[in-house]
Amino acid sequence: MHEVVIAGIGQTAVGEKWDISLREMAFYALEIGINDAGGLRPQALYLANMLGPALAHQSHMGTLVADFAGLQGIEAFSVEAAGATGGVALRQAYLAVGSGAVDTAIVVGVEKMSDQTVSNVGAAEATLTDSDYEAEQGLTPTGQAALLMRRYIYEYDPPEYAFGGFPVLAHKNGAANKFAMFQKAIRPELYQRAGMVSEPLNMFDVAPAADGAAAVILTRPELLPKQFAHPLVRISGSSVVVDTLALHDRPDPLVFNAARLSAARALEMAGKTKHQIDLFELFDAYSIYAALTLEAVGYAQPGTGWQLTEDGRLELDGELPIMTFGGLKARGNPGGATGLYQAVEAVLQLRGDAGGNQVKNAQTALIQALGGPASTAASHVLESIS
Amino acid sequence: MTEKIELLKPQRPVGIVGYGAYVPRYRLPAKEISRIWTEGQGGLPVTEKSVPGPDEDVATMSIEAARNALKRAGIHAHQLRAVWVGSESHPYAVKPTSTIVAEAIGAVPNTQAADWEFACKAGTEAMVAAMGMVGSKMADYTLAIGMDTAQGRPGDPLEYTAAAGGAAFIIGPAENSVAEIEASYSFVTDTPDFFRRAYQKYPEHGHRFTGEPAYFKHITAAGETMLKATGTTPEDYAYAVFHQPNAKFPQNVASALGFTREQIKTGLLVPMIGNTYSGAAIIGLTAILDVAKPGDKILMVSYGSGAGSDAMVLKVTELIDERRDKAITTIAYVERRTEIDYAEYVRMRGKLTMK
Amino acid sequence: MDIPRHWRLRKQRYGLVGEVCESCNAKVFPPRDICPECGKEAKTLYTFSGHGEVYSYTTVFDAPAGFDETAPYTVAMIKLDEGPLVTAQLTDLENRKVEIGMPVEMVTRKLRNATDERGLLVYGYKFRPVMN
Repeated sequence: MHEVVIAGIGQTAVGEKWDISLREMAFYALEIGINDAGGLRPQALYLANMLGPALAHQSHMGTLVADFAGLQGIEAFSVEAAGATGGVALRQAYLAVGSGAVDTAIVVGVEKMSDQTVSNVGAAEATLTDSDYEAEQGLTPTGQAALLMRRYIYEYDPPEYAFGGFPVLAHKNGAANKFAMFQKAIRPELYQRAGMVSEPLNMFDVAPAADGAAAVILTRPELLPKQFAHPLVRISGSSVVVDTLALHDRPDPLVFNAARLSAARALEMAGKTKHQIDLFELFDAYSIYAALTLEAVGYAQPGTGWQLTEDGRLELDGELPIMTFGGLKARGNPGGATGLYQAVEAVLQLRGDAGGNQVKNAQTALIQALGGPASTAASHVLESIS
Repeated sequence: MTEKIELLKPQRPVGIVGYGAYVPRYRLPAKEISRIWTEGQGGLPVTEKSVPGPDEDVATMSIEAARNALKRAGIHAHQLRAVWVGSESHPYAVKPTSTIVAEAIGAVPNTQAADWEFACKAGTEAMVAAMGMVGSKMADYTLAIGMDTAQGRPGDPLEYTAAAGGAAFIIGPAENSVAEIEASYSFVTDTPDFFRRAYQKYPEHGHRFTGEPAYFKHITAAGETMLKATGTTPEDYAYAVFHQPNAKFPQNVASALGFTREQIKTGLLVPMIGNTYSGAAIIGLTAILDVAKPGDKILMVSYGSGAGSDAMVLKVTELIDERRDKAITTIAYVERRTEIDYAEYVRMRGKLTMK
Repeated sequence: MDIPRHWRLRKQRYGLVGEVCESCNAKVFPPRDICPECGKEAKTLYTFSGHGEVYSYTTVFDAPAGFDETAPYTVAMIKLDEGPLVTAQLTDLENRKVEIGMPVEMVTRKLRNATDERGLLVYGYKFRPVMN
């Protein structure tokens, strides 16, 4: 494989973007990314979108976005793997550039959730589960997370509000991120008083579905513009792993096996151990997923992932900073774009451009996007080249 | 009636090989309906009525009753050569309930299947046909179900009683039966005391016309004829059960025919569960079979508006003792109860308008 | 209306018909043709007893479209006596009282209330607390 570097990044503010369409949002992120890359033009566009056919009545989105951006004539198509979509699309671009088949590729992630009512978004999200055997029983991705949280509480008996540390940390970090949906810290009491969404999961255990678009441009280092303006970041590890689609098909549903394997393979490829990671953008679509991910990747023993939120260990100046720009909970969860927001945020950290969210001396980042309850896991290791 | 009455008797002796009941768990007290519509004034025809859960209908309820009947019968579902469901509340206007039931219990595909409708006697109607099919040796086993999720217009007197429940019977050779059906007799005239036109949600009824010329005339005639034709008297019977649209009617008819309170109390479920329409007489029969002793004779007379009655004489066999505990008893369903209020009832029964 | 899709699944849905692996005797539900235990083909039909216990459960308050008429409702993972886990709604709950480990039995019910009055009624397995 050729060395693959990140030439440009772009993100739009996450939230409810009533006045911007899907294609416009995608184009803004793309345009910012290309400008960030010093005008480098891609030969291929990989479009990360999770629910466009259901929520925007739009398929064929790779072509739509490339066309809207005036990029007719290049290669383009869309990629979907539920919540892991952004990470899987990033890998697609990595493989294309790394293999030499494509010189420069752009990955654009975009999702438009706010055009539909909450119950329609819920019905569309339910199709991300096993439609015949989970969704038809009224189960949704949020319901899956709730089933796992209930079982986790039953097996490990953590204290009440044990998972509250994740949303509290997310909101603390999101406060300094001007792209975040929620830029306000919350007090633990707010978590403790929150209404139930899907018992025992409360409103603050669930990252909000949101509109957003982000883009990342990959190329080989020798193709960078002469006056490239940023410290260089490369992709040194990449892995996508799948598990069973349905939660009930797993021998132990509390084990996120795909998260474990994909992180391990990406780290091995990068020649790093998990302890050489300076920050971990994990997939906190639900606070229980953050705990299960920390356990799967090996930072905590089964049943103890929530304990890491204590004593500031996961904060920006802690031993393993996570959700450094607010994670999914505070930044917002724009579906297929989420994995690319994670990449953009990691690049900002590694470039030293993270401002108030900066993790000091960040050299190596692990990012991981999950589709469903780690039915798909896409992990990447990003490193600054000094 | 001077002519000699021929009873309906099969050539081969037949009986009930297995039986099963079903009643949903929700109960709406009659006083709760009266609280809404009459400010609590007036007498109440029942104490409370059963209400189906939001995920229940005649198909799902029939499936459970049929599974109970199969457990007691101890036969394989594919031995059934007919699956018949009698109801006035079939889930589809066009599409058989019986194929859903047959598929769910594993009786398909080598079986006959059909839906029956005759107001409240669709269940016994299917039983009589089943007697003919087994009695003629066309088939060894057939399944006859009477089940309803009856609806009464809000505020209508029927709303107090229109309930949900019923029973399933596997009819087969008498030698493998828990109760032999010795004879049946049907009495029918065209009497429009109660009906529901196509596309109408709620039925219409003739108020007091549903009593004397309809219910009492048919059920009494059928019962009297049956006693006379079989040369039996009420004293010969351990139990009797009559169609039970409310608590009063079956008690009056029993007394007119010469039966005691003691003989009818086991099958008189209407005060606790309401009028289960196609299921009303036959679920009473299942409650009787749950406690009857070998040798006991039972008289059952159904009534369906429109109008007609099917009378049956049954004799309990030795097999009852080994079979009745193989499935949930009727009284267990009756006693299982979650009380709901009128608002919950309105939501559960789809009376809450969303458009 | 997805008529053929629901029709194809009728045996699984109405009667909890899964598969048994001829090689290792593992019982499989939902049917998946490849035995999750030994990796060999499992295509022989097997009817489950319908008995099991609650492995986990949740009450859904924000129901997706198609289920909003019955919300809130309780979805569970059921550990079947024969081994597999299955996702299903719990029904006939007294005051929604559920516990992990609670014995349950399969019943066939309407899976969702037909919001479309013209549409197909979809029936399938749910579980309720065991009736004695």
